[in-house]
Amino acid sequence: MGKILVLAEHRQGELRDISYEMMAIAPKLAEDMGCEAEALLIGSNLDDMAGKLSGYGVKVNVIDDPVFENFNAEKYQKVLSSLIDEMKPAVLMTGQTAQGVDFMPALAVEKKLPLIAEAIDLNYEDGALKATRTMYSGKVNATVAFKPADTYLVTIREGAVEAPEPAAAGSVEKLDSPLKEDIPYRKFVEYIEAEVGDVDITQSEILIAVGRGLKEDKNLPDIEELAKAIKADIAGSRAATDAGWIPHDRQVGTSGKTVKPKLYLALGISGAFQHVAGMKGAKTVVAVNKDPEAPIFTVADYAIVDDMFKVVPALKEKLGELKG
Amino acid sequence: MKSFVCIKYVPDTSEAEVKVNPDGKTVDDSRFSYDINDADNYAVEESVLIKEDKGGEVDVLSIGPKQSEVMIRMALAKGCDRATRIEDERIAGHDPLIIARVLAGALKDQEFDLVFTGCMAADDGHMSTGVALAEELGVNHASMVKEVEVLDGKVKAHRELEGGLMEVVELELPAVLTIQTGINEPRYAPIRGIRQAQKKELNVKSLDDLGLDPAEVSFDASGIILENLYIPEVESAAEFIEGEPDEKAEKLASILVKGGLV
Repeated sequence: MGKILVLAEHRQGELRDISYEMMAIAPKLAEDMGCEAEALLIGSNLDDMAGKLSGYGVKVNVIDDPVFENFNAEKYQKVLSSLIDEMKPAVLMTGQTAQGVDFMPALAVEKKLPLIAEAIDLNYEDGALKATRTMYSGKVNATVAFKPADTYLVTIREGAVEAPEPAAAGSVEKLDSPLKEDIPYRKFVEYIEAEVGDVDITQSEILIAVGRGLKEDKNLPDIEELAKAIKADIAGSRAATDAGWIPHDRQVGTSGKTVKPKLYLALGISGAFQHVAGMKGAKTVVAVNKDPEAPIFTVADYAIVDDMFKVVPALKEKLGELKG
Repeated sequence: MKSFVCIKYVPDTSEAEVKVNPDGKTVDDSRFSYDINDADNYAVEESVLIKEDKGGEVDVLSIGPKQSEVMIRMALAKGCDRATRIEDERIAGHDPLIIARVLAGALKDQEFDLVFTGCMAADDGHMSTGVALAEELGVNHASMVKEVEVLDGKVKAHRELEGGLMEVVELELPAVLTIQTGINEPRYAPIRGIRQAQKKELNVKSLDDLGLDPAEVSFDASGIILENLYIPEVESAAEFIEGEPDEKAEKLASILVKGGLV
């Protein structure tokens, strides 16, 4: 059987967390499948990153060339297409990230290979590779099985597992780049850093975060009064920033900020995993949501199933009384 | 500028109770309300904004049931010009690679500069259809796009990466762009538009009408099997505060104050 090839992800000179997280998944799966797990790094100036990854007891295949200085989905696809032909891996795995989603489906179509996107778990049973993934706002889990194929393509959700501690020393092998010509039809132009706002919510001690449940911005004053009463800063879920109720620089979640306040009060936030990823480090989480099934309750310390607009004014009043 | 926008009719499960049917492969959707997928709504707006800026036309493309025509008419009311709805029970809807193949079948004889899709469907969330579609069509793509600038024969797309970082890429046209939510402010359909939409062309097509071999897009053609759906065990360590809203607020206030949290 071919190997499990883990395409590690890095950006601006740093390995991203998903690369380490896959080191928890791939070696275990390789054991079950009776094969080897190896890592793959594509980029420029990779020595440091290759060293870090090999610390997980795997062989790290490195394609180090200045043409890969910045991520380009087309270049990645070309390289992976040629590596699939050459190495015939049993599994090619990468993250379900802004990077992974930008080439894996195209690679699957090109190579006529099956793809399961955003697995949170992988199992090999009776000769079949099966993935667990979530559907319907995280309320349903699905078991999806691959039919037999030469190579299984799979992407892993960020934060689905904890990154392991480094294990034994592995090795590093440099490969020649299969990319021989430039890609004229897609060019990397630049990175634009996230805007900086008046409040840095990553430093806030107390955060009140609102979500879709806010319904409209004319409901914000209630929240602002509560925030003032407990010296909290206001943040929002993706739904709240998309709707323009909350500035983008105050978005909590994968595509926004990762926050670690002492108290996180989630109001009308369902708790999609992208949001939870940004706030699970909060010390105490209070969630108020009408929907008893809302995933936010799985990370809450205190939960109130109710209409936030009934709870918030009463909460402000009671806090006022108690704190005098 | 000739564009297509691909939209999906999805249930809103953000506040709904979801139950798995006894078959273990579908959910009970009898109490769901369906509408346009969130990201697709932004894709419709972006396609109409570009049409208003550059001229041209926008066609809507959707795979879905008869009931989804309400959603399609709404896109037409917002400024799209005509629509095609594909319905065929032989399509393996669980696999985005198959969906992409069907959409590509509908686009293969069409001229276009841009194809818009949402970057993610709210129901199954693969984030794969648009990028797979681009490969099927043999054109460029950028995913998770939060800003679009149409240039001469090219498009500049700002891709939203993790942490709010943007990656700006330049693509030669034609191209597929998968649109991220928040890229624009989707408009409400104007009354006049709603009236006009009733008169706009809405074609319904089967696989045979598209000249697609059903065997190529069937469950047998898919490389993946949806084996089983189940409700995950919820591991909540939360203390649920009970009572009337006032009582809940009072108990919470007391917990927060006594715990030194506020």
